[in-house]
Amino acid sequence: MIEPPLVSPPTLADAYRLLAESVYRPIAGGTDVLVQLSGQLGPPPDRLLDLWRLDELRGIELDGDALVLGALTTYSGIRRSAVCRDLLPALVEAAATVGAAQIQNRATLGGNIANASPAGDMLPVLLATDATIVVGSIRGERSIPARSFWTGYRQTALRPDEIVIRIRIPLVADRQVRFRKIGTRRAQAISKVVVGLSWVAPTSGSPWRTVRLGLGSVAERPIRVTATEAFLEGRLPTPDTAAEAAQRVAAEIQPIDDVRSTADYRRAVTARVLHRLIREAGSW
Amino acid sequence: MPVGRTAPAPPAPGTVLPDTPTPGPAPGRGPLRREGPAKLTGTALYTDDLVFPGAWHGATIRSTEARARLLAIELDPAFDWSKVVVVTAGDIPGPNIVNSIQDDQPILATDEIRHHAEPIVLVAAPDRALLRQAVGQVIVRTEPLAPVLDPLASDRVFVHYEIETGDLAAGFAEATLVIEGEYRVGHQEQLYIENNAMIAVPRADGGVAVHGSLQCPYYVHNALKRSLLLTDEQAQVVQAETGGGFGGKEEYPSILALHAALLARACGRPVRMIYDRHEDIAATTKRHPAVVRYRSGVAADGRLVAQDIEIVMDAGAYCTLSPVVLSRGTLHAGGPYACPNVRIRSRAVATNTPPNGAFRGFGAPQTEFAAEMQVNRIAEALGESPLDLRRRWLYRPGDTTPTGQVLRESVAAEEVLERAAEAAEFERVRARTAGDRAQRGPDARSAHGIGLALAWHGAGFTGSGEVHLASVASVELTADGRLVILIGSTEMGQGTKTIFPQLVADALGVPMDDVEFAPQDTALVPDSGPTVASRTAMVVGGLVIEACRRLRAVVEERSGGPFADTYRADAGTHGATRIDQHFRPYPGVDFDDTTYRGDAYPAFGWASAVAEVDVDLDTGEVAVRSVVAADDVGRVIHPVLAEGQVEGGTLQAVGYATIEEIKLHDGRYLNDRLATYLIPTALDAPRISTILVEAPFSGAPHGAKGIGELPMDVGAPAVVAAIHDATGVWIHDLPASPERILAAMDTLVRR
Ligand SMILES: Cc1cc2nc3c(=O)[nH]c(=O)nc-3n(C[C@H](O)[C@H](O)[C@H](O)COP(=O)(O)OP(=O)(O)OC[C@H]3O[C@@H](n4cnc5c(N)ncnc54)[C@H](O)[C@@H]3O)c2cc1C
Repeated sequence: MIEPPLVSPPTLADAYRLLAESVYRPIAGGTDVLVQLSGQLGPPPDRLLDLWRLDELRGIELDGDALVLGALTTYSGIRRSAVCRDLLPALVEAAATVGAAQIQNRATLGGNIANASPAGDMLPVLLATDATIVVGSIRGERSIPARSFWTGYRQTALRPDEIVIRIRIPLVADRQVRFRKIGTRRAQAISKVVVGLSWVAPTSGSPWRTVRLGLGSVAERPIRVTATEAFLEGRLPTPDTAAEAAQRVAAEIQPIDDVRSTADYRRAVTARVLHRLIREAGSW
Repeated sequence: MPVGRTAPAPPAPGTVLPDTPTPGPAPGRGPLRREGPAKLTGTALYTDDLVFPGAWHGATIRSTEARARLLAIELDPAFDWSKVVVVTAGDIPGPNIVNSIQDDQPILATDEIRHHAEPIVLVAAPDRALLRQAVGQVIVRTEPLAPVLDPLASDRVFVHYEIETGDLAAGFAEATLVIEGEYRVGHQEQLYIENNAMIAVPRADGGVAVHGSLQCPYYVHNALKRSLLLTDEQAQVVQAETGGGFGGKEEYPSILALHAALLARACGRPVRMIYDRHEDIAATTKRHPAVVRYRSGVAADGRLVAQDIEIVMDAGAYCTLSPVVLSRGTLHAGGPYACPNVRIRSRAVATNTPPNGAFRGFGAPQTEFAAEMQVNRIAEALGESPLDLRRRWLYRPGDTTPTGQVLRESVAAEEVLERAAEAAEFERVRARTAGDRAQRGPDARSAHGIGLALAWHGAGFTGSGEVHLASVASVELTADGRLVILIGSTEMGQGTKTIFPQLVADALGVPMDDVEFAPQDTALVPDSGPTVASRTAMVVGGLVIEACRRLRAVVEERSGGPFADTYRADAGTHGATRIDQHFRPYPGVDFDDTTYRGDAYPAFGWASAVAEVDVDLDTGEVAVRSVVAADDVGRVIHPVLAEGQVEGGTLQAVGYATIEEIKLHDGRYLNDRLATYLIPTALDAPRISTILVEAPFSGAPHGAKGIGELPMDVGAPAVVAAIHDATGVWIHDLPASPERILAAMDTLVRR
């Protein structure tokens, strides 16, 4: 394994300065970076910038009507957080499916976001909850909506000198969020399909508003399926709605065959899981 | 007497308890594993832990094509080649052949490249960075050739067999029900915890010593002698602590040892070749994929009257152990059921994929999966319980197998079946799942199912294999009064180092702690045969017990007192006494390798499993909830280790049944990493209840028949039967993946 030189800046300002001077590959928990290095997946970076000492990137807090998570928040941190459990249980559910205990102790939300894998398990939840990714550099901070953060296969809207510093998830009254991951086994599995669904409805009898459907592993990047969302907007979770939505989502996505699954399976399962979630919401 | 896991049973007859207060499990559970504390505390030395000062690192440059002509090997002149060594086929002093059954596999490719991971050039360097640079400067020029990737289209047949008994046409004429089926199973990777690893060290006498992770020191010894033109003494093979094998370190270590030894000769220093997981999965042997076709005929009175079976195994690019893997698969293909008219035709063919080899079960899991699928489908067609059907058909003492072998003793098919079915409450649960199925609406979220399987597994080597092996096992009372076991049989986590001292302590009447185990070093121990085929406890264990009985008689005759009280004084007076026990054919066991008639195995082990699953009807995901496994092992030597074998084998079978799958593209494995080749985790593991049944084999002094492979034969068909019970669909191909289950359920709905 090639081990590129690594610097560990003690403060965020130092990190910004280093990033302004030359090109670094940031490393947070390292659970993706080390797999890429040891497996020689892609050319190794010239230098690594260790983010682990940057406490400015830690912490989970409530800021007005938003949940704000530092980029270095680990999955164990999310699972332990009472705020997350109370206000956004779907995020906790998703975190609990990532890898297994050792990975959850080390791997970060910021790393999942920046790694930009189409199978990143947290990303459909961030899409479904209208999260904002706050990035920073020596030039200052800017906010990028999740829906425009992943731009292509393992491509992000990050500029070379920018890092993810925190994630802001608006908390919306009467919003329901659901998460489903389909993997090959019950732990340590990269997803075949990931589903994040949310809608706003004051009661179970109210029509759905602000419907968001984020999907992983069905395209070259995590996506929102806006045509299916538009269909669901304003509807009640009835059998007809579920059947029609399932058909629409199957038609809207173009998954592929790969080493983990098949296009047919991914399409069928996305449709069936969506059907199931609507059915459960409608309690029929 | 059977020993149950859930009910703590009294010690079985023949179970040897420690006489000394060795710390360990409760009485009757067997002593602590000898090598366990060192492994747990991290002091056990695996190959990569061994330090040889001045050692270089070796690497293998492999093909990147499934089939090609090798045109040239070029070294970039810009690189300083004096700092490293490079070995190609021309540097091999003897034949460029990996010693095995056929002389077809080269150590390094010369002309035609036959698979994606084929080794072509070896490089060694003093450090890894330089090694990486050097490897990058070797250019292999090739010209692509059209590969053969479909075993059914291959016309290169390594070996074929035909077994025929009775009158097949008459059998089918009598049949009122004929069921046909084609079943496919894929590659399975052994995925031992420790990758293949070998260190070669030049010897002063011009020979080489290799230290490695391996199952069969003498296989490696023969390979080194032959291709490096060494004498018995010049070739030395030492087994390091070995982190699992499952057959994956039966044959592969030969080529790795040759590679390391060639590099060590070239640079005159120790050379380390420690595979990483990616190289290990990409290049080493796997379980043979197979296509198995059945036509079975059942008479109006419900008897099985005809079985016509065709087996094609994909050997990969070279023959390796395929003749014996196929042989075992062929001999077990009929399943443990009496049938008067049987034809079994089989062949192992070449494809341009990495060679396949030994893996726990050795050909039997492939064909017995298919055999059990047939039986379950026939039961369904007859509207009969799969348990009742097996009760009618299974082998009983006195029955004759397709090779004409009369099963005279140690036949426990009925006992394992009844005990597993009873413990799992098979009929009661089956009635419940049938009721659930009948009431289930189209929108149900999940379904529960139960499935049953039965299998047999020939104990020891096939046919006259043990006679050809001519194993030797020794026990020595040393001049300084120590008792030492000398065998080449290896510990790889299964318990050799624990059960042999137990057997010796019992035979000599001494405390187990007084028995030592000589290191598995070909300079010290005789060739007791390979540690494969579940043969070690039965065959080598038997030899060691016989050696102990002789040693005891010699000493007691000289001393006039009990061995335990007199052996130390005896050593003082008479010096060392060593007994070499040679294998003698089991009386009355006779097999003709050319006609495939006779006693294919001296005895059979018997296994039954009942699996329960939950299937997610949205996604086709299967959760195997429980497996009740009843295994007849002849005689239980160490209950905890025996249960460990059943549990591990069952879990490996669950993986085979549900998720383990190698995907290929142009003859290359696509999922050759731990991120993509997935086996069950602890969370995926079912609750496994083990029932150990003892139907002793009279040919072995202790009655043991071996255990390692039995559970591998029954797990997959039991799980797939349970998936059928839950969903109504039959999955003919392994693994029964969610993709296949969902596709089959869709077809069912559309019908
Ligand atoms: C055994 C195992 C199991 C896994 N299971 C799962 C799973 O179930 N689901 C899943 O989604 N993933 C899984 N992963 C992948 C990985 O753990 C996650 O993607 C994790 O969130 C990555 O976080 P990290 O902190 O370790 O990232 P790192 O490896 O440190 O970095 C990942 C990428 O993000 C960049 N980066 C990291 N932090 C920042 C930042 N703040 N700003 C800018 N760039 C940054 C790095 O440069 C790198 O390109 C698994 C990995 C392993 C090894």
